[in-house]
Amino acid sequence: MKLLQRDMDKTNSGSVTLVPEESEDMWHAYNLVAVGDTIRSTTIRKVQTESATGSVNVSKVRTTLTVQVEGIDFDTQACVLRVSGRNISENQYVKMGAYHTVILEMNRQFTLNKQEWDSITLERIDQACDPAQHADLVAIVMQEGIAHLCLITPSMTLVRAKIETSIPRKRKGLCDQHTKGLHRFYNQIIQAFQRHVNFDIVKCVLIASPGFVKDHFTDYLFAEAMKMDDKTIIENKSKFVLVHSSSGFKHSLKEVLADPVITARLSDTKAAGEVKALDDFYTMLQTDPDRAYYGVKHCERAAENQAIEILLVSDELFRSQDISQRKRYVSLVDSVRENGGDVRIFSSLHVSGEQLGQLSGVAAILRFPMPEEEEEEDENDSDDD
Amino acid sequence: MPGVGSDKQLPASETALSTPYTAPTSYTVPTAAAVVKPTIVTPSASSVKATVGFLEKEDTVVKKQTPPVSPLPSKKPGDAGGLKLKVSVANSPRSSPKTVQQQTNVKKAEGAVGGMDVRDGDNAGREMAGSNLRSAVEMMGLEGDEGTIQSSVNSMKPVATPKSKSKASRLDVMAEYSKRHGDKELLNLVVIGHVDAGKSTLMGHLLYQLGSVNKKTMHKYEQESKKLGKSSFAFAWVLDETEEERTRGVTMDVAQTRFETDKKIVTLLDAPGHKDFIPNMITGTSQADVAVLVINATRGEFETGFDAGGQTREHALLARSLGVGQVIVAVNKMDTIDWSQERYQLITKKLGQFLTRQAGFREADVTFVPCSGLSGENLSRPPAVPELVAWYTPATTLVEQIDKLRPPVRPIDKPFRLNVSDVFTRVGSGFNVAGRVGSGFVQPGDKVIIMPAAMTATVKNVFIDDAPEAVAFAGDQVNITLSGVDMVNVNIGSCLCDPSSPTKSATRIRAKIVIFNIAVPITKGFPVVFHYQSINEPAVIKRLLSQLNRSTGEVVKRKPRCLVKNSSAVVEIELERSLCLELYTDFKDLGRFMLRSGGHTIAAGLVEEIVQSKMRQNGLS
Repeated sequence: MKLLQRDMDKTNSGSVTLVPEESEDMWHAYNLVAVGDTIRSTTIRKVQTESATGSVNVSKVRTTLTVQVEGIDFDTQACVLRVSGRNISENQYVKMGAYHTVILEMNRQFTLNKQEWDSITLERIDQACDPAQHADLVAIVMQEGIAHLCLITPSMTLVRAKIETSIPRKRKGLCDQHTKGLHRFYNQIIQAFQRHVNFDIVKCVLIASPGFVKDHFTDYLFAEAMKMDDKTIIENKSKFVLVHSSSGFKHSLKEVLADPVITARLSDTKAAGEVKALDDFYTMLQTDPDRAYYGVKHCERAAENQAIEILLVSDELFRSQDISQRKRYVSLVDSVRENGGDVRIFSSLHVSGEQLGQLSGVAAILRFPMPEEEEEEDENDSDDD
Repeated sequence: MPGVGSDKQLPASETALSTPYTAPTSYTVPTAAAVVKPTIVTPSASSVKATVGFLEKEDTVVKKQTPPVSPLPSKKPGDAGGLKLKVSVANSPRSSPKTVQQQTNVKKAEGAVGGMDVRDGDNAGREMAGSNLRSAVEMMGLEGDEGTIQSSVNSMKPVATPKSKSKASRLDVMAEYSKRHGDKELLNLVVIGHVDAGKSTLMGHLLYQLGSVNKKTMHKYEQESKKLGKSSFAFAWVLDETEEERTRGVTMDVAQTRFETDKKIVTLLDAPGHKDFIPNMITGTSQADVAVLVINATRGEFETGFDAGGQTREHALLARSLGVGQVIVAVNKMDTIDWSQERYQLITKKLGQFLTRQAGFREADVTFVPCSGLSGENLSRPPAVPELVAWYTPATTLVEQIDKLRPPVRPIDKPFRLNVSDVFTRVGSGFNVAGRVGSGFVQPGDKVIIMPAAMTATVKNVFIDDAPEAVAFAGDQVNITLSGVDMVNVNIGSCLCDPSSPTKSATRIRAKIVIFNIAVPITKGFPVVFHYQSINEPAVIKRLLSQLNRSTGEVVKRKPRCLVKNSSAVVEIELERSLCLELYTDFKDLGRFMLRSGGHTIAAGLVEEIVQSKMRQNGLS
């Protein structure tokens, strides 16, 4: 992301002009735009013109519109952000108050105007505009019959393909069916691999599985690549890394990213750092449960007592449509920072963030033990699912 | 007289014939069942010859008391006919189902059936009718002459296969079951233990000694394994059949085979010991009644297998949690320690304590046998090695010990359930599903519902150990050939079940879990892998409802923040997709599951309640 212009007054209200440069920037944009903001960008609008004779002519026009945001929609698969709302600056094609959906495009600037830019959003801009080259990572987590092909970027884990086939079990005298089924399964993974993996961006390919599936598959992959004369796979052989995982399900990625062999190979460690932080939290919960809190209420109470050492927050909470809710989380984060605590904002697209999201979205490791109060009931129910 | 009887009665049969053909798939189970009874009453009330009269009488009664019958009852005669046929065919095999079609009098039949429906539609009626039907048919066989039987059979033509199993056929089945149990008892035995304890070799050698593997094959294995430089694996090759298993020398998936002893027919499930293949081991163990826990007696090896991180403990706990009540501990590789009694006693003492105190086996249900899988000592023949004979008295061989195991009581009176553990095709027989009959029984020709796809299918053939069988009972490992359904609708983990009481599919359940020795506590939102029968699915622990006292089951704390090791709790679990589950209270074996995370088994659970399901109702109607 490129920051072109930043125009803010003392009260932190104002506008920012940004240019998204890669698909990940769309995710950042999604985390910036909130209901009530205004967004100005070039967009395509279908315009109907009626001539004097009454004949109707429909044409598509590229025009610049400013929209008061009412709805935000992010498509994780295509990395497309759609922002819908009412037009607030009339021009020759679009009337005032007419609804329009802006699809943010790569390499086209947009201007976002907010009543109040809080610390989280400002930090997000800094993070998004960090020019440091980050490695994209492909991970295939698999077990016999199930495979997930995931693309991992610093702030996103995208499942590009999920392959599921039933492989006949080994059975007296019918072992070839098992082998055949296995090869069919491998071929499907290879197809998905060729379709989704671009070695220009991808710096590393992780193949993770329990048992020998990973070795077997890698052998098969290279043998097939030889057969098909697929140069890209053969040339990038050095990028393949085999790791152990306990299953072929998506949440096993957590184990993969926690593997020290992998962390060493990754130039960007945000995803792995998140996994580590969450693991620390769980370890603390085991060893000293009075120093590990989760749930907003608990964490707020801990923050009041300046007890929070590390705060783990899911970015999902800051996308809340409810402004007062959002403010509540922002002030929690700010207060922790003021008191010298460390704040880790998890991406809800990563597996670790997903898990944190299930765990009410906020968790904290405390500096000193705070005994649990036996009061609130039913608090947990409200933020269930 | 018989002639008249058949003439008059036949119309009904035609109705039965024609209607279901037009709408073969649409049937409603409860109504079918309800309707079946009345028609059955018909023959029971009188002998075959009198049937007609009775029908006529019914007819008139019906016309008076029942309003015109809606289209629904018109299907019913079909069911009734089918049901009748089932019984009559069983009793008089001469009568072929496919005989001449007769003329119809639809209205009459409809009226009769509808009327009956109104009259007695309760359960008692059904049962009575069922037994009556049976006696009626028997009477038919005794009293009626050839023609009568033929015609009455015609009238009861098989229209569609019976949807609900009548009590009548069940009676038959019970007789069959006890008959089969007359000679040898069936036992599902799983072999578990730490990796390289010698499970496959032990069982391979046992099979060889019992004659399940012929000399020629064994010789071939010996030669081939020698070529690979793994001659000690020759016996394991009997069970490890895939190329990869042989080259790596590790069992990866459960191998299934069958052998007979003097008193038992044993279905042997050879589970993998490697910790990465525990999901497969769970699949095998969930199908087993009893277990053989193989221990490597070699110095150092027993300790690694038994200490933290070894699979001996995990396997034993898993087996106990999955409902295995009896275990034989085979202390293997005794030849490597010169049959030392001291060592044997040390192992039995340590394991005995663990199995009875921690794993929860009853002391009487744990037995120990010293043996050697490689040399074949003390497997099926009494020991001959002087070092062992010296102290091992009275000597009990492994096979003798297996003979002493008691098979569990099998729930054959419950509705039919089969969890599919494998789907495969075989030349000439279409596509097959394999699995263990969890409860009830199944016969060729039965209609079944495949859940969670909610598709109906017909059982074409039932095979046990590759031999076609007329009926398979709970506990049998079967292959079933299905027809009338596409292969894509049947997956590993699907459940074949009785259409009259289909299984429940669930996406969210409430369960009681017992937490093992875990490294990190369980909080809400904890991702786990849910192992149930032969499937493993990702799941999330959504809510922690209460923490329980491990021994008394009392609620210690409501809504705990986290669950630490060795505790017990009630939680809500959400599954990624709907699975077919049963409540523990309904089906003990089918209500158990295991939770794993990060390659470790973290908890064992019992399904208490299905909170949410996405069952497609329309699939059943």
